Amino acid sequence: MKSAYIWGGILVVMFASVVGDVLLARAMKQVGDVHELWRRAGLWAVFSHVLGNPNFFLGVAAMAASFFSLLFALSWGEVSLVGPAAASLTFIGNAFAAKIFLHEKVDQRRWFAAILVAAGVVLLAG
Amino acid sequence: MTFRKYLVLAGVTVFATAGDSMLSHGMKQTGNISLDHLQGVILAVLNPWVAVGIVLLLAFFASYMNALSWADLTYVLPATSLGYVLLALVAKFALHEQVSPLRWLGIALISGGVGFVAGGPALTAHSEDERARSKSPLLAKEARNGAPMSDAAHASDDVRAVSSGVQR
Repeated sequence: MKSAYIWGGILVVMFASVVGDVLLARAMKQVGDVHELWRRAGLWAVFSHVLGNPNFFLGVAAMAASFFSLLFALSWGEVSLVGPAAASLTFIGNAFAAKIFLHEKVDQRRWFAAILVAAGVVLLAG
Repeated sequence: MTFRKYLVLAGVTVFATAGDSMLSHGMKQTGNISLDHLQGVILAVLNPWVAVGIVLLLAFFASYMNALSWADLTYVLPATSLGYVLLALVAKFALHEQVSPLRWLGIALISGGVGFVAGGPALTAHSEDERARSKSPLLAKEARNGAPMSDAAHASDDVRAVSSGVQR
């Protein structure tokens, strides 16, 4: 029963952080290349474009939700399980989400990378 | 990829790792924070390690947002995982701690994953809207700089998609 709570917590952390990453990535794609924007319109324009983007705030809120759910999950389970499990599942989840919601071309190269990185995180943090 | 963009990606890795390490070092000094004693949060922020850690994490966030503005999420994310590798290398060579074979395997897997992604294009060119934008000379120049150097990757479909987006 306790492990169901822990894995539920891990899934919530993963879900919130994938939602956050996707929203932040979408916000920054809407803003466009910030180097280019900075050169063209100055640093102030970069700030006002980013801070004026609703997706940016939703993304930050989702990241905060993921952070606090991580704290809860850590209070239920071992750091050595919850930390690596949440981090590595987030890599896999993000590859799916980037393909579906951001229409990124996640080719074999990137799938393979997501799996290698997820496995590596488990080994390093475990 | 321009040198400046590599610097931004290096910033993502280094700031995240340094910030996390300082934060965790500082939090060990200040002790546990519970929901009953929220004033502990204020004490924690006054700890110099925690304060510097927070500043570094803000720098991480700025570089991360910067990178996401010109590269795919699935391109930037593996770079963030290089932080784990950096931590292990610091533990080994600066702190002279033992790094187990399993951890070296983890380092190899992460580095391999990052290498795979870095060999490909940074940004998917997929929408009509983006093709239209890349007609503008400045953006086209950026996109050309973003294309990978000549290697086996040049033959891949993605690169052709990117460069055809530029030429159109």
